[in-house]
Amino acid sequence: MIQLTHLQKLEAEAIHIIRETVATCDNPVMLYSIGKDSAVLLHLALKAFYPGRLPFPVLHVDTTWKFREMIAFRDQRAQELGLDLIVHVNQDGVRAGVNPFDSGSRAHTDVMKTQALRQALDAHKFDAAFGGARRDEEKSRAKERVFSLRSAEHRWDPKAQRPEPWRLYNTRKRPGESFRVFPLSNWTELDVWDYVARENIPVVPLYFAAPRPVVERDGALIMRDDDRMALREGEVVQTRMVRFRTLGCYPLTGAVESTAATLPEIIAEMRGSRSSERQGRIIDHDGAGSMEQKKQEGYF
Amino acid sequence: MSAVALKAVLAAQNPSAHPAAAAAPALLRFITCGSVDDGKSTLIGRLLFDAKLVHDDQLDALGRDSRRFGTQGDKLDLALLVDGLSAEREQGITIDVAYRYFATPRRSFIVADTPGHEQYTRNMATGASTADLAIILIDARKGVLPQTRRHSFIVSMLGVRHVVVAVNKMDLVGFDRAVFEGIVAQYRHMAGGLGFATITPIPISALEGDGVAGRSPNMPWHAGPTLFEHLESVDVAGAVQLAARFRMPVQWVNRPNLDFRGFAGTIAGGAVSPGDEVAILPGGRRSRVARIVTQDGDLAEAVAAQAVTLTLADEVDVSRGDVIVAVDDALTARRAFAARLLWMSDRPLASGAELTLRLGASSATARVAIAGAVDIHSFEIHAADALAMNEVGIATIALDRAVALTDYAEDRELGAFILVDRVSGDTVALGLVDAGAVRLVRSVSGDGVPSASPGRSRHWVKVALDRLAPGGWPQIVEEASWRALASLAVAALVQLTFADWRITAAAALAEALLRPILRLAHQAAWRSFERQRIARGHYDAEGSGI
Repeated sequence: MIQLTHLQKLEAEAIHIIRETVATCDNPVMLYSIGKDSAVLLHLALKAFYPGRLPFPVLHVDTTWKFREMIAFRDQRAQELGLDLIVHVNQDGVRAGVNPFDSGSRAHTDVMKTQALRQALDAHKFDAAFGGARRDEEKSRAKERVFSLRSAEHRWDPKAQRPEPWRLYNTRKRPGESFRVFPLSNWTELDVWDYVARENIPVVPLYFAAPRPVVERDGALIMRDDDRMALREGEVVQTRMVRFRTLGCYPLTGAVESTAATLPEIIAEMRGSRSSERQGRIIDHDGAGSMEQKKQEGYF
Repeated sequence: MSAVALKAVLAAQNPSAHPAAAAAPALLRFITCGSVDDGKSTLIGRLLFDAKLVHDDQLDALGRDSRRFGTQGDKLDLALLVDGLSAEREQGITIDVAYRYFATPRRSFIVADTPGHEQYTRNMATGASTADLAIILIDARKGVLPQTRRHSFIVSMLGVRHVVVAVNKMDLVGFDRAVFEGIVAQYRHMAGGLGFATITPIPISALEGDGVAGRSPNMPWHAGPTLFEHLESVDVAGAVQLAARFRMPVQWVNRPNLDFRGFAGTIAGGAVSPGDEVAILPGGRRSRVARIVTQDGDLAEAVAAQAVTLTLADEVDVSRGDVIVAVDDALTARRAFAARLLWMSDRPLASGAELTLRLGASSATARVAIAGAVDIHSFEIHAADALAMNEVGIATIALDRAVALTDYAEDRELGAFILVDRVSGDTVALGLVDAGAVRLVRSVSGDGVPSASPGRSRHWVKVALDRLAPGGWPQIVEEASWRALASLAVAALVQLTFADWRITAAAALAEALLRPILRLAHQAAWRSFERQRIARGHYDAEGSGI
């Protein structure tokens, strides 16, 4: 009899979760952040409903500070796959001039990501939103459920989570409540890359090393993606061979120096790495427990 | 040692060490359990640390956190690597089950770190439900505690067959062999009846690292394996019991266009190929598998745990919750069964409660009748009619519709269920189908089993309506109009034949009223017969079979 590999088991588990959501929720949506996890999630969802089309729209919460290459990639994929793509920007935040430099990473993330996400979910009355978060990313995510219940105000209560034994998911919710659904909960960063390689899934080129214009700021290598980023005194833009392990708003995402320009090179580099994936994420380090706090407020 | 110094040591020890090794062929899922402060989180922190799985930036954060929240003075508090919630850090306890993923060159691991507090037993049980092995931690200074017994019992009930008894904090008892051996003897005596396939005792100090990764110079008397050696080599093949014959609960019906009708689901057991004869439960309709459809092309065979879409050769009615099985499978759909329950809500469960059952892809309304509860100290079963939070009980469960299910011991997929509160939506119980359970209560208590549906007579009108029309008002209206029509038709026929209005009236009345009454009476008699059978411990199929 066929023996399933670890990756095949993870794939089956994710497809099971995605189908369970569609079978039991009225109005699901997939959060699409354009990163590698989103790429894998989208790929799995297409598999789950084959030969049918994706039975839900795809939502990108655009902070207006994403890398330009990310936006181009998003639009290209949406067209190729015929996705029903919703792009939401928090216009209140734009009008108020919120940005990562003057407002600080915390306020920027809160207004342009967390609040924006809540606006979009409320406006479309989505009752389930898929996300690509994994338990291995961060300590408070390690305690997250696959079907994570949020109150009508989108709050996460880590102390009142429903037990989730076996693969029996309790998809009952009261009016106004919604789920964040995490089909990749049990995947690790390495699993994601192994799967991207196995399935030939297109990812944003920023993951591969290339000469890019970067500035050293607060110990991180920030890529100057456009001239909205003003240089501080003494800062110089240098062209260095870098890549990104994780993608977010460009002023808040640190690059790593690397020569890994292909998938096998990335995987080999990661196997030898001594730092964690989210190290480059400035918003994770706004204080101990800061991810947990952001999640309670409605962040993914 | 400071974080920086440690990093240097790590780098020197293992220049090519890396936090995510090559995917090892075998995966081991295990849990750590034990009483509060036995050092479960410290142990997992130690495992990650010794396996060189802690990244530099995480070590830096750990150094900061240790100074702020740590309980180990100047040393790194390894527990802080896993206790991720603020409340957990503040209180220094684990509240929720946390999953950790790591790999060594020999194996990959998923660890569920589960809470020790009795209050959070449900989270511990959740971790145990998918585990191949359990590490039971025992504090060398305290020996076997009530929580050790409770956890061992729950782990055994959920089908975990391999146990490591890790006697921790050996450094605090001077690495005394006699202390270790005393505790191991105590544990073996306690766990004698729990049916574990292997019990492996290992003396350790999670804090200092003795007995975890390398042999301990402090305990030369220990001839057995270190924890790492054991975890990397233990054979847990067949640890999870799955059905041998093909079974697949239908999760979702895929109808993208008029020409395609596929049944999507995850295979619960066995294997399937195109051409295989299958039956659909409940009901027993038969067909053949036409195709196994995936985006990567049609498959010639699919096996347990694969998520696939099947098409059938015939136009049969199949919907979510039905189970497609091999035609000669013994699985049957039932309306009543016996089970073990772990009650997880702070509001006690009383006999007669109505809850929603989720099993496989099925959902049904369940009425619970408690037959007994398990004494956590003696593991004996005594008669009971209510269950408090974290209590394990035995119950009979009556459903409003037939659901394909079987014993948990035979099939983990179709023998496991949860119960959901119909108002709050909370998951309030974890359950295992267990045909033998009620007989166990009877043999202990000797006073039979409480009725499956108390309070029935008080609400007979509601019950009668429910029986006739479980679909609620729309169905009642439909039923009534159908009755009226049928009755009119009979009246017309009789009037034409006999031309006597008395015979016509009698026939019309009989059609309108007598038939439903007879149906109810027959149902009631049948149900009472069925209840008696359950009480006697017989579990023949009811509802439908093949």
